[in-house]
Amino acid sequence: MSDFDSNLDLAGTGASPAEAAELQRMLAVEQQKAQFTAQVHNFMDVCWDKCIDRPGNKLDSRTESCLVSCVDRFIDTTLSITNRFAQIVQKGAH
Amino acid sequence: MDGFGSDFSVGGSSSGKVDTGAIMEQVKVQIAVANAQELLQRMTDKCFRKCIGKPGGSLDNSEQKCVAMCMDRYMDAWNIVSRAYNSRLQRERAKM
Repeated sequence: MSDFDSNLDLAGTGASPAEAAELQRMLAVEQQKAQFTAQVHNFMDVCWDKCIDRPGNKLDSRTESCLVSCVDRFIDTTLSITNRFAQIVQKGAH
Repeated sequence: MDGFGSDFSVGGSSSGKVDTGAIMEQVKVQIAVANAQELLQRMTDKCFRKCIGKPGGSLDNSEQKCVAMCMDRYMDAWNIVSRAYNSRLQRERAKM
């Protein structure tokens, strides 16, 4: 659903350009929220397995900090790999 | 998000003008349903793996207890991860 706002066709609906623009803006907000949620689902896939051993009566503080660190380190890893990959591609291009 | 576009025309009101509020309401409901389905599916996957070691003749009592506990902890963890991601996004934005 990455481009559902760009191909929204309001022709024939009687929408004024202002209404169409307003709708596009609100859809973009919802799209961003959906992307955020999808990313949280992804983190959960990785971090649940890493941090939760046996589900207990409550999440202890160690598990909580493991989850927080897991998110941050996953993002760090993403950035680090992206940067290094960009360097490799740049070197390869010359 | 299947069928996202199929109900789209309902947003137009009888006067022939688009009702932006009604369209957005529908979009939000559909997104909420999709989110709930996604959560349910992923939670089932994770909790089945955690709680059902060797599938027996039925879900026994301890397995059912484990599944209930696992669901609660999954949602707790979801909220923690969501908050952690959100605060990281804010920190990254502050850097720019």
